[in-house]
Amino acid sequence: MSESILRVSNLQKKFGSLHVLRGIDFAVEPGERVAIIGGSGSGKSTFLRCLNFMEIPTSGTVELDGKTLGRPISDTSDVRQYPEAELCQVRERVGMVFQQFNLFPHMTVVENVMEGLVTVKRMKKPQARERALTELRKVGLEEKVEVYPSRLSGGQQQRVAIARALAMEPEIMLFDEPTSSLDPELVGEVLRVIRQLADEGRTMLLVTHELGFAYHFATKVIFLADGVFHEVGTPDQVLKNPVQEKTRTFLNRFSEFSF
Amino acid sequence: MTYQWDFAPVLARFDLLLYGLLNTVKIALISIVLGVAIGLLLAFLRLSPKRILSIPATAFIEFYRNTPPIVHFFWFFYALPVLMNVSLDPFVAAVLALSTQSGAFYAEVFRGGIVSVEQGQWEGAKALGMGRAQLMRRIILPQAFTRMFPPFVERSFELTKTTALASTLAYADLLYQAMMVNSETFRPLEVYTTIALMYVVLLVAASSLARVAEARMTAYR
Amino acid sequence: MNYQIDFTLILNSLPVLLRGLLVTIQLWIPSIVIGFSLGFLLALARLARSPFLRIPSLGYIELFRDTPVLIQLIWLFYAFPIVIGVQLSPFTAALLGLALNTSAYSAEIFRGGIQSIVSGQWEGARALGMRHTIVLRRIILPQVFKRMLPAFTNRAIEVAKMSSLASVISVHELMYQGRLLSSAYYRPLEILTTVAVIYFILIYPGSYLSMRLGRRMAARS
Repeated sequence: MSESILRVSNLQKKFGSLHVLRGIDFAVEPGERVAIIGGSGSGKSTFLRCLNFMEIPTSGTVELDGKTLGRPISDTSDVRQYPEAELCQVRERVGMVFQQFNLFPHMTVVENVMEGLVTVKRMKKPQARERALTELRKVGLEEKVEVYPSRLSGGQQQRVAIARALAMEPEIMLFDEPTSSLDPELVGEVLRVIRQLADEGRTMLLVTHELGFAYHFATKVIFLADGVFHEVGTPDQVLKNPVQEKTRTFLNRFSEFSF
Repeated sequence: MTYQWDFAPVLARFDLLLYGLLNTVKIALISIVLGVAIGLLLAFLRLSPKRILSIPATAFIEFYRNTPPIVHFFWFFYALPVLMNVSLDPFVAAVLALSTQSGAFYAEVFRGGIVSVEQGQWEGAKALGMGRAQLMRRIILPQAFTRMFPPFVERSFELTKTTALASTLAYADLLYQAMMVNSETFRPLEVYTTIALMYVVLLVAASSLARVAEARMTAYR
Repeated sequence: MNYQIDFTLILNSLPVLLRGLLVTIQLWIPSIVIGFSLGFLLALARLARSPFLRIPSLGYIELFRDTPVLIQLIWLFYAFPIVIGVQLSPFTAALLGLALNTSAYSAEIFRGGIQSIVSGQWEGARALGMRHTIVLRRIILPQVFKRMLPAFTNRAIEVAKMSSLASVISVHELMYQGRLLSSAYYRPLEILTTVAVIYFILIYPGSYLSMRLGRRMAARS
C-alpha cells in the first residue's frame, strides 16, 4: 500500500467515560521527524503511547509494515485484542524515551543499555556490552558506564535512557516529553542529543512543550486538541502561520516564543 | 521475696533443651520453605487478572490472616484427619498449620513488593520489547525482592515464634522440652526463663544476619 | 469423603462457644487499652535522652518482641508467681501477658510515628512561639495518630488472635471452650471449624477497615 512503517486508522482511546482520542488517522514515513504539540490533557502523550502499545487502543487499527496487528474480539467488533508476541515485536522496533526516564535502578548504566540486547535480542554479553558502550559514547556518557542511575543527574539519566532505546536499533523513536521533568539548565544537553539523532536522518516522533526546539527539529508539526489532529503541516505552517483559531490561541500563550 | 534462684537442676538437663531448640529451628526452617512456596503461588494467583483464580486466593489469604494460629494447629491435628480419614503426627500437622498460615502472610508480602515497583519500571521494560516473564524476572522481581526483604524477615520471625504452639500438639520443640524438664525439676521459674532467653539469643542472632544480608542487597540505592 | 457433618451439634454448641467469645472479648479490649497506654509511656522512655530510661525500655521491648507470646503467658502463669509470691488466676496472668506484649509492640508504633514527623514541623510550630508540650499536643500527636492508625488496627487484630493462647493456661475463652467441646463430642471438625469461623467474624471487620485506611492514606501521599 505504501512505504510507511507504522500506520494507524481511526484510532480511539477512552479512559472510562473520558474520550481522549477521537479517531486519528496517521502514518509514519521513513526519515520523517514529527513534533506533536498541544495543551495538557489534549491526548498527545496518549497518542504517542498507543503507537507502541503502552496504552492499548480502545478501537481502531495499527499496521506495522502493512500488516494489521491483533485480531477483532468478534467478527462484528472493531475492538481488537493483541497477543503479547505481537506487542513485543512492535516495541522491539519502536523505541521509546519517557518523561521520567524509567531507568532500572538495580542495574548500572551499561547494564541498563545492555538489558534489551541480551534479553530481547538474545545477543551475547560481550557483543551487547560493545554495542552499549558505543551508544553511551554517542550520548557522551562513556565516563559513567559502571555507575548506578541514582548517582546521575536528570539530564544524564535521560541520555542513558536514549542510549538504551537506540541500542535496540529501532526503526522509529518516540520521545514522550523527554525534557519536561528536567531542571532548566539540564534541558540543553538532552535536546542536543536528540538534535544529533535528527541529523542522522532517524525517524522520530516527539511530544514536547519546547516549541522553539520543535520548529528547528521537525519536518512535520501536529497540533492536537480535543483528541483529534487539529492542524497538521510544516513547522512554518503550523507554528508561524497557523490557519486554525485554536492553534493561534495555543501559540499565543507562549508569549516569549520566538524563532 | 526470699526465693533462691537455682539454675543447676535445669542446666543439668540442658541437653534436653538444646534438642528442643534444634527441633524448633528445624520446624521453623521447613515451614519457611514451604510457606514461601505457598506464598508465591497465592501471590501470583491473587495478582492474576482472571477472577476465577484471584478470588479463591484472596479468600484463602484473608481467612488465614484473620484466624488465630492455634485454631489452625488444632484443626490440622484433630479435624483434618476426620475429613481425610488419615492420621497425622504432630510434626506434620504443625508444619501444615505453620506453612499454610505463613503462606497467606508471605503472599501479601510478595504481592506488596511486586505492586510497589513503580509503573514506569513496567513501561520501561515493555518499551524494550520484553515479554511478561522476562519483565518479571529481570526487572520487577529483583527490585521487589529488596523491598520484600524486611517484611519477609519480620514474618519469618513471627513464624519462628509461632512454632512454640507445636508444643500443644506434643511436638518436642523447645517449649515442650521445657515442660518436660519442668515436670522433673519443679523449677518453672528457671526453666521458662532459660528458654525465653534461648529464644532471644536465637532471634537476635538471626536478625543480625538479616541486617547484614539487607545491607548487601540494597547497595545500589 | 463421605463424612456427614453434624449441623445440630454445631447449633447446640453455639451458646457455650459464644460464652467463650465473651471471655475472649473481656481479655481483648482491656489488653488493648492497657497495652497501648503503657506502650505510649514506653515509647517516650525509649526516645528519652537519659540512658536510665532509654536502655531498660529498649531491653523490655526487645524481650517481649523476641520471645513467643505463649512462653510469656506460661512464664507469667507458672513462673512469675514464684517471684512475687502470689498465685495469679489464669485470666489475670493472660491479661497481664497480652497487655505487656501489646505495650512492647505498640511502643514501636508510637516511636516510629513520632520519629516520622519531619523536623520542619517542629520548627514551624516553634517559630510560632509554641511551647514544647503544646507543639507535641497540638501539632505532632494529631498527625502521628492519623499515620499510625492502620498499624494500631493491625495490632488490635494480632491481640485478638493472641488471646486464643490463653486457652493453654485454661482461661475459659473461645478456643478453650472449642477444645473442650470437640473432645467431649469427638467432633473436632464441626467444632473447630465453627470456632475458626467465629474468630474470623470477630476479626475480619477490623482487618478490612485497616486495609481500607491504609489504601486511602497511600493514595493521599
